[in-house]
Amino acid sequence: MTHYSHSSHVGSCLSIAEILYTLYFRTLRIDPLSPLNEDRDRFILSKGHGSAALYATLAEKGFFPKEYLDRFYIDAGMLPGHLDKDAVPGVEVSSGSLGHGLSIGLGMAIANRQSGNPGRIFVVLGDGECNEGSVWEAIMLAATLKLANLTAIVDFNKLQSFGRTNEVIDQHNMSTRWRDFGWDAHDVDGHDPDAMERLFNAPQDRPKVLIAHTVKGKGVSFMEDRLEWHYKSPNDDQYRQALEELGGDA
Amino acid sequence: MRSTFVDCLIRRARIDERIFLVTPDVGFSVLEKFADEFPDRYLNVGIAEQNAIGVAAGLALSGRRPYVYSMVPFVTMRCFEQVRVDVAYMQTNVRLVGIGGGLTYGPAGTTHHAIEDIALMRALPNMTVCAPGDPVEARTLIEESFDHEGPIYFRLGRNGEPVLYDTGVKIEIGRAVTITEGDDFALIATGNMLELGKKVAHAMQEKGKNGTLLSMHTIKPFDTEAVLGLIDKGLPIVTLEEHNVIGGLGSAVADVIAASGKATRFRKVGIPDVYTHSVGSQEYLKREFGLDLNSIVSIVEGVCR
Repeated sequence: MTHYSHSSHVGSCLSIAEILYTLYFRTLRIDPLSPLNEDRDRFILSKGHGSAALYATLAEKGFFPKEYLDRFYIDAGMLPGHLDKDAVPGVEVSSGSLGHGLSIGLGMAIANRQSGNPGRIFVVLGDGECNEGSVWEAIMLAATLKLANLTAIVDFNKLQSFGRTNEVIDQHNMSTRWRDFGWDAHDVDGHDPDAMERLFNAPQDRPKVLIAHTVKGKGVSFMEDRLEWHYKSPNDDQYRQALEELGGDA
Repeated sequence: MRSTFVDCLIRRARIDERIFLVTPDVGFSVLEKFADEFPDRYLNVGIAEQNAIGVAAGLALSGRRPYVYSMVPFVTMRCFEQVRVDVAYMQTNVRLVGIGGGLTYGPAGTTHHAIEDIALMRALPNMTVCAPGDPVEARTLIEESFDHEGPIYFRLGRNGEPVLYDTGVKIEIGRAVTITEGDDFALIATGNMLELGKKVAHAMQEKGKNGTLLSMHTIKPFDTEAVLGLIDKGLPIVTLEEHNVIGGLGSAVADVIAASGKATRFRKVGIPDVYTHSVGSQEYLKREFGLDLNSIVSIVEGVCR
């Protein structure tokens, strides 16, 4: 998708691939045939620049035909570079501006708890996104309300627009920060579905966060942990090599 | 208007489970009666306006009708981009209820004044913008909001505004109300300038000039037809708003005049494009900006034939 459309953020997509797989294929109670079921679990991709990964996951899960993926980020397209909830079924929330998703998920979690709706809420944030003050407004309120139906996942790939996250804003102690604000925080390998699945399914009496240690550009040797893949899109050769390394078909 | 709002909301919440009240820690001595009666549908999110809007959007995406209550600058400007994406872009049924339109909070200072909010809110696609001029308009528009689809911004005053309406007048979102009719001039007032508009019309009548006074309680969607009617009659038009002269009611009326292809005499009365450093009550500051009876009467006399 990012190849034909010459779009960016391919590294940001690869770092959340296993997170999305674990959620959509092992955790979320959702039905692609009735995507608006009232008691469904809901997923919010707050780091909306990872949209291509979510679109691909939703198509794989059957929310819409895979042909739609050919209309990403192009003229007369269907799928914008940042998420539009009205574009296709399965996208719960529009995003692209950082620091919004956790608050919205919090509102959904409050509504579900109030009405006894069993649906759980999952929100993926970027580590750079945690620079936004609004994220911490939501973190504080969620802990105060002890919302046990809310789970956040931080895609801790340690790179943001201008470099290493810790060199821009020091947050090496990411899990300690969330824990000190009252969350049930767990460090986990963000490319290990079994470990993440166990944590998603473990009982919860307050909001939970997985600090998912990830590698930007995971699975493609020349992209892994390289800042430039926040911006570049692969050329023809790079595209072929990347697909080979990831074990996919062109 | 604060009490009008909360009383309306309580009456509706008794029969409508969707009603929810969110505040970023504002509304002491006003919101308690709602909180006491509906503790599970009242939420103080703390002093965190961005989160207040996001949480409200999440509630709305779960079928609720959240009303977010705060002072105008904090419920519109502090969290403007959350309002843009989470409310306007996503068309969530969030209602922003801003207290203290214009210079209501006079001596509290410029941080608490609201002179840009109408311009900002009306620039957002999908947003309905209401600025009721008295408790009757406020009550009617708030009641209409319960079943309205899409986001709404209410610009309210504070408390103790006089009732300006006779009973039985039809008030609905998007329709200007004709308060007086006359063929010498037209006044179009919004929000907390309606009361002064009525006084100006009365003062002009004593001078032998009869004017039409429109209450433009909804700035968006804008009642273009009502303004075109005045232009067709050839009436000179004066707009009255407690808002920056840039981007508010006067600008909306000017757009209609310009597009009509007809010439008409027109004056905008509002707050000039400055932040005040003066200290004083709402009335004091309004006088300083020429938003007082005598100043406006002389402007209207100037535009009259």
